Amino acid sequence: MTSLHTLRRKAVNAVMLSLTGLCTFAAAGTLVFILGYLFVHGAKDLSLDFFTKLPTPVGETGGGMANAIVGSAKLLLIAMLVGVPIGFLGGVYLAEFGGATFSFLVRYVTDLLNGVPSIVIGIFAYTLIVLPQKHFSTIAGGLALGVMMIPIAVRSTEEFLRAVPASLREGAMALGASRTKSILTVVIPAAKNGIMTGIMLNLARVAGETAPLLFTSFSNRFWSPGWEQPTAALPVMIFTYAISPYEDWHQQAWAAGFVLLMLVLSVNIIARLLLAKRKHVAR
Amino acid sequence: MAATSTPLAGSGPSRSARSFIERLRSGDQVAHAITLAAAASILLLTGLLVYELFIHSSETRAKFGWSFLFTQTWDPVADEYGALPFIYGTLVSSALALLIGIPLGVGAAIFLAELAPPKISDALTFLIELLAAVPSVIYGLLGIFVLVPLLRIVEPAIRSVLGWTPLFQGPFYGVSLFSAGVVLSVMIVPFIISISREVIRAVPADQREAALALGATRWEATWDVVIPYAKSGILGSIFLALARSLGETMAVTMVIGNDPKIKASLFAPGYSIAAVIANEFTEATGDIYTSALIELGLVLFGLTIVINALARALVATGNRGGNA
Repeated sequence: MTSLHTLRRKAVNAVMLSLTGLCTFAAAGTLVFILGYLFVHGAKDLSLDFFTKLPTPVGETGGGMANAIVGSAKLLLIAMLVGVPIGFLGGVYLAEFGGATFSFLVRYVTDLLNGVPSIVIGIFAYTLIVLPQKHFSTIAGGLALGVMMIPIAVRSTEEFLRAVPASLREGAMALGASRTKSILTVVIPAAKNGIMTGIMLNLARVAGETAPLLFTSFSNRFWSPGWEQPTAALPVMIFTYAISPYEDWHQQAWAAGFVLLMLVLSVNIIARLLLAKRKHVAR
Repeated sequence: MAATSTPLAGSGPSRSARSFIERLRSGDQVAHAITLAAAASILLLTGLLVYELFIHSSETRAKFGWSFLFTQTWDPVADEYGALPFIYGTLVSSALALLIGIPLGVGAAIFLAELAPPKISDALTFLIELLAAVPSVIYGLLGIFVLVPLLRIVEPAIRSVLGWTPLFQGPFYGVSLFSAGVVLSVMIVPFIISISREVIRAVPADQREAALALGATRWEATWDVVIPYAKSGILGSIFLALARSLGETMAVTMVIGNDPKIKASLFAPGYSIAAVIANEFTEATGDIYTSALIELGLVLFGLTIVINALARALVATGNRGGNA
């Protein structure tokens, strides 16, 4: 009897443990599948035209997404100008100056903002800029992405500043530097690489955002000069092309998806490897 | 960490002796003020966000009141707006995502934290966390062109097993609440895995060793001792994943079918809050139409805020338990 019971327990053990292994490989396999599938379907239609030409009208083959690539770059530039200063300074406040109560409030609200769905951030940028101006614009899209960058920028800046050893600050202060001077000349330079990597990761994250752009920067079949006009962006193009009924647009969507994924993943891989290396040195 | 700033705050008696002007000149006050302004602007921005959502949805709030949340009609032509089909679609697709994602995610987290050798575990976790960085429009792309055709093939098998329940009846076109749930589950698994793995790892080794010493098998030690110990942290990761999936827009929009009706069948097309905003916002002509969509945004905002707050509270208690 006992041996049968033990046998059953051992069998349960073996089955359940193998199942957990299976779960893991299913999850990790998804990434391999996504990469492989996009490579097979996206890379083959990728040519120089994709990066240099405008989209062609329906039915005409060829053409590219040069305007969407430039549009995405412009949107990211505005996003960085909005998100990084506020996020960085906010992070410096939390790490170096903050008092207990106000810091708690700032952290709490930052987390809250981080949890706001991206489509709601889009509505915010719409009511703030598009509605009063009565037209879609690159600025509005950039602002939406910038607001999305703030929470992560705050938390990563704070984290990397806190990781700077206290002895460095104390050394600077002991030499007679003021608090600000020690932060500017010792603490921030020591945390610089981490903070820059954090910003890269942050940019990669918003680079793939589609929802907040749909009704802020909208879309554009042509070049978008300046900052006041609607602009195409790579993720929005993928969306419109994917849900369109045209076969050659689907092909373009795959190519664009491949480019976007490669961009986002390579930034992520490089940043994560850099951070991992830094951590080992620091500890 | 607090200790790092304490010695600086009272750094020497000279600090209090220096005049205000001197301190101003050294820049400390200025730097404090600038960074404080940045921190305060985050509070203002978030406040402004809530205010804007509130103000710009005033028309429908005045016209429909609370009934907006409980009525099913969504008819832009007649200017009749009810949010229920979208709330239903959002909740059902997310519930489905959790149903698939929780066993998968927690299972994988157990494997990565308890069984896999550290190097392999780190490598696999690296891969899985990269999944979280894949843009949602890419998931949508794969959803339309890979998952939906695949589900059309698998559908008869599902129907033959579960077809007797009302959940799997009616025609299946491919785009459906079910497809949305499956795509969402793939998207939330990385979140569940990476947080749960940390939480399970933080369970003290003596808990496991005590169970094993009493003759428990590896699985029994994990399931009956480690998991209960890490319960609130794992629950927190699940709530975080839920908040993500409630607000997820692109992937859902591309596979859910975009039909504002409440049907019992998961095979029927549905609609979610985020999806209807994404699809109809630029087409919304009348003021009331736009106002209705913005009120939907407000509802979504409220929903995710509550779930996020719960998640954070749970992860926080989980960590405290883990460190004790």
